[in-house]
Amino acid sequence: MSMTQQAEPAVTSPPAPGPKDTDGRTAERPLALRLLARPEVGVFLGAVAVLVFFLITAPPVRDGGSMANILYQSSTIGIMALPVALLMIGGEFDLSSGVAVITSALTASMISYQLTMNVWVGVIVALIVSLAVGLFNGWMLVKTGLPSFLVTLGTFLILQGANLAITKLVTGNVATDDISTMDGFDQAKALFASSFDVGGVQVKITIVWWLVFAALATWVLLRTKYGNWIFAVGGNKESARAVGVPVTFTKISLFMLVGFGAWFVGMHQLFSFNTVQSGEGVGQELIYIAAAVIGGCLLTGGYGSAIGPVFGAFMFGMVQQGIVYAGWNPDWFKAFLGVMLLGATLINLWVRQTATRR
Amino acid sequence: MTTPHGAILKDTVPEEERPIVELRGAGKSYGNIRALHGVSLAVHPGKVTCVLGDNGAGKSTLIKIISGLHQHTEGEFLVDDEPVRFTTPREALDRGIATVYQDLATVPLMPVWRNFFLGSEMTKGPWPVRRLDIDRMKRTADEELRNMGIVLDDLEQPIGTLSGGQRQCVAIARAVYFGARVLILDEPTAALGVKQSGVVLKYIAAARDRGLGVIFITHNPHHAYMVGDRFSVLRLGTLELSASRDQVSLEELTNHMAGGAELAALKHELSQVRGVDVEELPEEDELTAPVAGTPEGRA
Repeated sequence: MSMTQQAEPAVTSPPAPGPKDTDGRTAERPLALRLLARPEVGVFLGAVAVLVFFLITAPPVRDGGSMANILYQSSTIGIMALPVALLMIGGEFDLSSGVAVITSALTASMISYQLTMNVWVGVIVALIVSLAVGLFNGWMLVKTGLPSFLVTLGTFLILQGANLAITKLVTGNVATDDISTMDGFDQAKALFASSFDVGGVQVKITIVWWLVFAALATWVLLRTKYGNWIFAVGGNKESARAVGVPVTFTKISLFMLVGFGAWFVGMHQLFSFNTVQSGEGVGQELIYIAAAVIGGCLLTGGYGSAIGPVFGAFMFGMVQQGIVYAGWNPDWFKAFLGVMLLGATLINLWVRQTATRR
Repeated sequence: MTTPHGAILKDTVPEEERPIVELRGAGKSYGNIRALHGVSLAVHPGKVTCVLGDNGAGKSTLIKIISGLHQHTEGEFLVDDEPVRFTTPREALDRGIATVYQDLATVPLMPVWRNFFLGSEMTKGPWPVRRLDIDRMKRTADEELRNMGIVLDDLEQPIGTLSGGQRQCVAIARAVYFGARVLILDEPTAALGVKQSGVVLKYIAAARDRGLGVIFITHNPHHAYMVGDRFSVLRLGTLELSASRDQVSLEELTNHMAGGAELAALKHELSQVRGVDVEELPEEDELTAPVAGTPEGRA
């Protein structure tokens, strides 16, 4: 931390308003440095670099349809990366978010199919279940004071087991039955998993939702009380409590927000594929966390943005699809991701240190 | 003592007699451990009450009771002559009791102005689009900081880049702005250098002159004597000394604080240890005089 040397104070007691403007001890920092200090700038440059790299090495990427596909892949990661990033800024993380997506999809599917109800009933019940999982995570964390790693690792294992066991118990199979003929399916599909045409290119609606949620999250984070509280509880929980920030409410609601994200992505999966494989989702939580970290969020909390994870998720989608379009062996995807994660983290670290030095 | 000036001046007459915060024989036990016992203390507006004591003397327990983090288990705690028992810091804040903690005062990575308004943010607009009134907050923070004599170039800089003394001052200015009537300062000068301690002491005086009652917790009798109106020395959870400024000299205060007898015993103990040159250590009667050149650090 750079210490500003306290010079002789400008005024003495009894205090009077000081001279206008600055005390002249520091020069205005250059615009470029101030820009670099934003958490999302490093990842933005990284995303541009990856995009340019694949535009050059993989000609099919230049096609509009490919780009729509890349953005679609990015959006399925990105929608979850947003609440995960907010939670991370709030000082916690959630290992159960990957399987929670599947839990939500399974709940909606089985409730609708087994009880032969309108799919919206399943969708609503799934929302309640997802929020309850988030509530449970947050409540356990606040009540026990255990680290979120342990609490959500527990939830992760519980959900992973329950997903498989309950699905087998109810359907006698590891996947749920096809719900595409049920009442309300088309409506729900229109909301969660439809496509629309833009200049001859099919664009998935999740891309729209992703950007809308990102804009909303940014606004909440930077322009509302609640956003202020998120930074505060992640930055210094005890200080925040001492000045009257409702720490318990903020933490629990952030976990519930992750629950909401899991529900949304779960509904997207259900209404795109009509059935759900109960064993899926394992490992996804780390992808979401990685997207948030690449997006400039500090793993220890108190610092980050909602725009950064958008670029983080885009980098994931770009690499995932880019490797395929470049005709390389897709087995290398994860290795590539690992290198990217470390690289991005180091760049972020370096950028932050350079930019906050005065 | 300077005369308080400002809004509080209206009813000057009773304010001398009526303390804002008063403890009467208050104490606190954690299970079978009695951390604090029979402590009486009164905080008047426009006065600085210093609480001194060594580590483990019960200073923290005392402030935790007043700031609402813990509840007392014996005696009485009165705010405006009314017995109270706070369950959260928020309740204490609502009664005008604000605490500035030594290292818990701020969130380092957040900008100065966000720290200033944290927990009491200004907003505008109707509910679904209710948002922070950033312009007004920045303007107000700047004004308030200047009123306390703190001039910062850039309110957007993370508060962690300020020096320790500046951070304490921002926290004090914040408490003053949010209508604190009683300001509890938990060892604000403990981690600071000589010059920065002076800056903080000046803001304590500024807060006092605005009519606030100040509880100044410290290890350092020199700092206490510079701004204090009343002095309470805690030892092993009980009140060892409670005196007003005209009843006690700095020498006596230092002696009570340092525990002259204990130091003599320590000197004797050290003399048993090879390699410690006790001849260099001061004699007991020298200890009653102010120790020159150590206005900072833990006594």
